[in-house]
Amino acid sequence: MDAAPVSDAVRMASSPDILKVVGLTTEFRGRHSRIRANDDITIAIRRGSILGIVGESGSGKSVLCRSILRLLPPSANAHVEGTVTYDGRDLLSLSEEEMRRLRGTELRMIFQNPMTSLNPVWPIGDQITEGLRVFGGLSSRQARDRGIELLGRVGIPSPERRFDEYPFQWSGGMLQRAVIAMAMAGSPKLLFADEPTTALDVTIQDQILALLLELQERSGMTLVLVSHDLAVVAETCDRIAVMYAGRIVETAPTKSIFDAPHHPYTAGLLNSIPHLSEGASRLKPIPGQPPDLAKLGQGCPFMPRCSHASADCSTSAIRLNETGPDRFSACLHPERIVGAAP
Amino acid sequence: MLQFIAGRLAQMIPVLFGVSLIAFLSVHLVPGDPIQIMTLGRATPETIAAMHAEYGLDQPLWQQYLTFIGNALQGDLGRSIVQKTDVAKLIGDGIGVSLYLLAYSAVLSVLIAVPLAMWAAARRDSAPDHVVRLASMVGLAMPPFWIGLLLMVVFGLTLRWFPIRGFGEGFFGHLHHMFLPALTMALFLAPILIQSLRSSILDVLEADYIEVARSKGLSPRRIMFKHILRNAAIPVITVLAVNIGWLLSGAVIVETVFTIHGLGSQLVRSVGFRDYFTVQGLALVFSVLVMLVNLAADLAYMAIDRRVARA
Amino acid sequence: MAIADASVKLSVAGRIGRELGGWPLSLKIGTGLFLTIVLAGLFAPLLTPYDPYYQDYNSILLSPSWAHPMGTDMNGRDIMARVLFGTRIDLLICFIITFVPMTYGVFIGAASGYLGGKLDTVVMRILDIAIAYPFLVLIIVIIAILGPGVHNIYVAVLLVGWTMYARLARAEMLVERGKDYILAARVLGFGRGRVMFGHALPNIINSSIVFAMSDFVLNILLLSGLSFLGLGVAPPEPEWGAMIAESKDYMRQAWWVTTMPAMAIVLTGTSLSLIGDGLAQRLGQNRRGLM
Repeated sequence: MDAAPVSDAVRMASSPDILKVVGLTTEFRGRHSRIRANDDITIAIRRGSILGIVGESGSGKSVLCRSILRLLPPSANAHVEGTVTYDGRDLLSLSEEEMRRLRGTELRMIFQNPMTSLNPVWPIGDQITEGLRVFGGLSSRQARDRGIELLGRVGIPSPERRFDEYPFQWSGGMLQRAVIAMAMAGSPKLLFADEPTTALDVTIQDQILALLLELQERSGMTLVLVSHDLAVVAETCDRIAVMYAGRIVETAPTKSIFDAPHHPYTAGLLNSIPHLSEGASRLKPIPGQPPDLAKLGQGCPFMPRCSHASADCSTSAIRLNETGPDRFSACLHPERIVGAAP
Repeated sequence: MLQFIAGRLAQMIPVLFGVSLIAFLSVHLVPGDPIQIMTLGRATPETIAAMHAEYGLDQPLWQQYLTFIGNALQGDLGRSIVQKTDVAKLIGDGIGVSLYLLAYSAVLSVLIAVPLAMWAAARRDSAPDHVVRLASMVGLAMPPFWIGLLLMVVFGLTLRWFPIRGFGEGFFGHLHHMFLPALTMALFLAPILIQSLRSSILDVLEADYIEVARSKGLSPRRIMFKHILRNAAIPVITVLAVNIGWLLSGAVIVETVFTIHGLGSQLVRSVGFRDYFTVQGLALVFSVLVMLVNLAADLAYMAIDRRVARA
Repeated sequence: MAIADASVKLSVAGRIGRELGGWPLSLKIGTGLFLTIVLAGLFAPLLTPYDPYYQDYNSILLSPSWAHPMGTDMNGRDIMARVLFGTRIDLLICFIITFVPMTYGVFIGAASGYLGGKLDTVVMRILDIAIAYPFLVLIIVIIAILGPGVHNIYVAVLLVGWTMYARLARAEMLVERGKDYILAARVLGFGRGRVMFGHALPNIINSSIVFAMSDFVLNILLLSGLSFLGLGVAPPEPEWGAMIAESKDYMRQAWWVTTMPAMAIVLTGTSLSLIGDGLAQRLGQNRRGLM
């Protein structure tokens, strides 16, 4: 059968996954050490979904986003391997210029600290519209109009007046809205949000999350939300990926993870959340410390802290296995986890 | 804005008082009789006494000070016995030249310092960075009078590319004549500028908003010029202003080496002639100049960095 | 087994060796160079057979050779001897005009910053006035009043040189006095003097020491500059700046006459800057030091 070959791009565009990461490994090579901040990451992100990446500090979640977007600082001397397929192309093999073009339009990222994310001596409006003028070819007038519209969309009152104000005049919550407006300016298809609410007050956190969700729903873009806070991710995401020591240890739909985790680390995280409703009981932290990424050996990195571990956990090669419908886990023995259901 | 200027001017008044007092005292703290010294001991006692009266030196000190201030505010800085002209005229003749030299030097030193600082900051901790920093240290240790002499001998006398004295005529004449002196001062100031600009660039490079700019897909060129340099330049304005005193000190030496008739060489000449009145006037003018430059720098800083305007 | 090694007591020499080994490269090079220069000045009579003042009219403007490693000047004097003896002059004077004002400058600035109040206002006014004068100009004015000569340079610099240190110390003290350990000391009832000088001062002195290094360099430039202008050390003393002034007319035909003393200035200044850079690194202030 000689059907006309469908181009990769077309096939990709209609494929359910907007981004496919296969075997992504990021190593920081210093003079005396090599740190594997990301080890063999494989994950597919569905178009139009909201993915949550959860892990503690040092788990590699921020490095992952930056590795995908190739935003690692040059001074870090990072070596990235693997493939990251977006729109039929491998992001890691694109030229820097093509990558920049994508970053200016379709692939955006917002960061943790809104107070320092904006240039203090530029007016806010100019920063939001900078991309529109550079990539979108808009005139200053047109860009300004669009910028004011964006500010309005993210909930800034009196945007025409505030457009020319400076970052020091705004609060943290408002600044983060501005940052979001800046990210939305190019109508992105995929937005990474690295701990967007961590630096904000609790009440503001909810507002910002609600804003992100609303924008996602309206535009249909794919959202990747990175956080150390399971609660934040639980409320907002369709699917969760749990990271530990530079690897993904579990991926599953949100509800499934909360109903029955398939990895001891996930179980440990769930257990350490205080539950007010169940009466007073001792907090159950996970014993031990996260491992030194420079000294990882064979086997499961969580093993030293795991109460279900056995000898083969330290010798076998660890990879993500399918443990249920649409679920993956890196644990060799997920059946040992209490409450684990197939 | 106007309020700020008014406030600063008010703040400056006690300093102006102190500064003018020091200038005033430069005549009166002289061991011995200033008039006698200035007339080289050739005048008769009657003439000296008459001059004492004429210059008001027989009046009580505080009264003399007030007269001094009063006259100064009207632009009268007294008359130089030694050089037989009004001090104000001597200063007026020289100030244009000195200011030209200062401006020319500032421009040249920025032209030298900016690329070197950028280069060093971009290649931090590697060979070029160390070379630039070492060169800065050596440059700082080089006496300006020697640099001036060297440039003069090589480019002025041997190669004959540049004249070696004087201010020249006309716009291009000035540029030509003043190039070597300005270059000397620029080489003298550049190490300090490089140091602080490099430091400032490194600070900005590590800032979050630069990472954000990269995430927006902006080209490295755009980021460097529109974001990094603009932000890094701000503290440098302060550095330039703070070092105006340094520049003026250098001007004294450079003007002498290149025989330029500016305020600096005037100062040295006056000291040599024991021309106390001129020294007094010059002391006042130098310090007022420094204060004005600092005020201008503060205003410029405010215009560029809006955060300061708020405070 | 390995645990026992950790508690080995080093001899004094061992400990010194370890400390020196940990020094940043710039500090090592700078100190080495500077010490060499100091020793050269100290042992000058041993290092040269010539009298720096002796004028041999048969040996005018000789270029550098084995007999005269740095050549001779227009009066037939051996330049190397003059440079070596000049080292004594420049280093001694500049040492005094750097470190003496530093002591009371830091003292005044620290006290002013800590105690505040009227003292602080007065000191700040004085500092403002001092800053308004370009340093060289101020020194020249004072010399104009008192007359040229080294002793008047001492008077002038000792009179006004402390202001830079006072500014620095005051600024640092303002920051330091808000810190918790100071509060703790005060709560414990220690007197103001004790807290100020025993507790706070040792922590702010580092920046002053680093600054003193660049001040030393600037003072060498100041002294040689004043001498060059005829307002400082006068010939026939072999001060480096005066040497350059004397021989500037001979620069074209005899480059060594001006260049040798200039090199001495540059070498001394660079070694001091290296020490300053290394000290800054060593004292933990500047993480991005040279080498």
